[in-house]
Amino acid sequence: MYPASIVAEAAANGLLTGAVYALVALGLTLIYGVLHIINFAHGALLTCAMFAVWGLGTLGVGPYWAIVLLVPAFFTLGYALQRAVIGPASRGRDSNVLLVTLGIAIAIQNGLLALFRADTRTLAGSDAFDVVTLGPMLLSRPRLFGFVGAVTVALLLWALLARTDTGRAIRAVAREELGARLVGIDVPHIFAVTFGLGTACLAVAAGLLMPSYTVNPRAGEAFVLVAFTIVVLGGMGSVMGAMLGGLLIGVVESLCGLFLGDSLGQIGVFVLFILVLLLRPAGLFGARA
Amino acid sequence: MTLSRRTLLVTTATLAAPAVLRAQPAAIKIGIVQPVTGALAQDGELGRLGAQIAIDEINAAGGIASLGGARLEMVFGDARSAPDAGVAEVERLQAEGVCAVVGGFASPICLAASQAASRYGLPYIVDVGVSDAIISRGLPNTFRFAPGFGKVTSVALDNLVTLNDAAGKPARTVVLVHEDGLFGSGLAKLMQAELPRRGFEIMETIAHPTPARDMSNVALRIRALNPDLIIPSDYYGEFVLLARTLQQQRIKPKGIYGVLNGAASNYRFVREFPQVAEGLLDCNHWADPGNPKTAALRQKVDGLGKIFSYNVMLNYSCVLLLADALQRAASADRARLTEALAASTFAGHIMPYGPTRFVGGQNEGATPVNTQVQGGDVKVIYPNRYSDAKPVFPVL
Repeated sequence: MYPASIVAEAAANGLLTGAVYALVALGLTLIYGVLHIINFAHGALLTCAMFAVWGLGTLGVGPYWAIVLLVPAFFTLGYALQRAVIGPASRGRDSNVLLVTLGIAIAIQNGLLALFRADTRTLAGSDAFDVVTLGPMLLSRPRLFGFVGAVTVALLLWALLARTDTGRAIRAVAREELGARLVGIDVPHIFAVTFGLGTACLAVAAGLLMPSYTVNPRAGEAFVLVAFTIVVLGGMGSVMGAMLGGLLIGVVESLCGLFLGDSLGQIGVFVLFILVLLLRPAGLFGARA
Repeated sequence: MTLSRRTLLVTTATLAAPAVLRAQPAAIKIGIVQPVTGALAQDGELGRLGAQIAIDEINAAGGIASLGGARLEMVFGDARSAPDAGVAEVERLQAEGVCAVVGGFASPICLAASQAASRYGLPYIVDVGVSDAIISRGLPNTFRFAPGFGKVTSVALDNLVTLNDAAGKPARTVVLVHEDGLFGSGLAKLMQAELPRRGFEIMETIAHPTPARDMSNVALRIRALNPDLIIPSDYYGEFVLLARTLQQQRIKPKGIYGVLNGAASNYRFVREFPQVAEGLLDCNHWADPGNPKTAALRQKVDGLGKIFSYNVMLNYSCVLLLADALQRAASADRARLTEALAASTFAGHIMPYGPTRFVGGQNEGATPVNTQVQGGDVKVIYPNRYSDAKPVFPVL
């Protein structure tokens, strides 16, 4: 129906978009894997980060430099949220956490709405539509940067979890909270660090997204809906699963968009989602319960 | 709370300067309804600006003469980009004693707000709302100064044929790109029926959602089809994204011909992305470039650092139309004002419509024009009577 070069380019576009989806999912899956909570505030925090990148942009800070500034800021924000709000308010019950994160999401979204109104904003600058020629393909340069950035962050996160003491502590808490407590790990601290890392992932994602996307107070929702799908697809709590799941979802979405039209493009994503739930409920890389 | 504080201030001011105020007749309140928050905020703000400039000009020129030089006072309502909000604001405005309402912008808001106004016999002047359902309901209070959907599309099709024929028929194949809502789908359906009759071949109709985050796939499909002409019908954000993606993918059709396009004749787009905008064709609302009042208004709007869009032109003209009716009715009474509007022959506006003549609420003289972005400016290319530039087609 379409020439192979067009299909290949659509698939490549999907891979590039999928990498940033994966980055958003990475934060979500990390928080789920360790804290065992579903963070409903993830989308609102992403929107927050996107507005921060946009705000810095109006002050003359480029989106890639903004990442450098925002990663520590969002790590601190995430840490503080978990330590001061979510942790104390949950009183040890997961159902409470769900409501607390939902509450935070509503507060953030309406706060942004009050501050910035519902207008859609774009980062000023003319390099958003620059292309890189790759054989017969014309790939968007900011998306190529996004891909490289997202993969780098995933590798760094993997190295952190595998090689550092903090990483070991995080894995220990994820595996066996009581055991971790018994060997002297400060569990509330590790919880907050994990939440901070998950939030910092969003700061990176926002910096990589803003050169080619727009932001309004509801912008994060679209990404987080896809991210939830990726987390379930890849296996709740699996870093590797989130990464590969993200890429897969990106390609499926792009190809369905090409063949079925953009209005129906997300059908493929959710058909895949339902199939995984039916046939492999633990996800592609999830540990069997 | 704000209201009572304001009332207090006004009262204090009245007590402080009774002589000055008593000399003036009471101000005439007119309701302006626009969506200044939500998805349509950009359009709504510009509509409000046009109305405000007209009110200021009328007041500066001595107000409504037949009412003893009474000044006009805007009572503003934010339709928040939703029909129910438009209705709520009309209810509030009528309670505050406005003599008429101007505005609405989007068809769904205009439909609901004018119906609400009709319950109070309150005259409602639609500024943009192109849906023909607005007029076909037969509400005696509802007047539309600008052309409706049927008129715009038939002019757009005729002018497309004229444009193509004059250039020696270089364009034959067409790809339609439309947003999948009421507006885009309706337009695409009409084009699908009418274009083949006029000798064009529709290669494909591509729908996309609003808001759309990405147009890569649409652009890829167009690249594979390589049509002569692209006819888009989408809102501002999506069209900007589409046009920029087409440029990125180095897709250069012989023309991009918008119909009621959100961006193709918008100075914000032209200013932000001049290279992408150059050569774009649109059939839309636009003021008569030969009218000296148009140039004066544009200078004023540019001076404020705002965008000289059709929202400004239409709302400016609609308020002038209302002021003329007030002058002739010599009364702010709603029924008498409605009569005066229905009998209007007002020609002092800036649109290329000639004297106003309402039939069943629709201004029969209203017509869209064809514009093209040339040299970083929006030029009128059709009809010849009003044009200030020659069409460049095929666009190279």
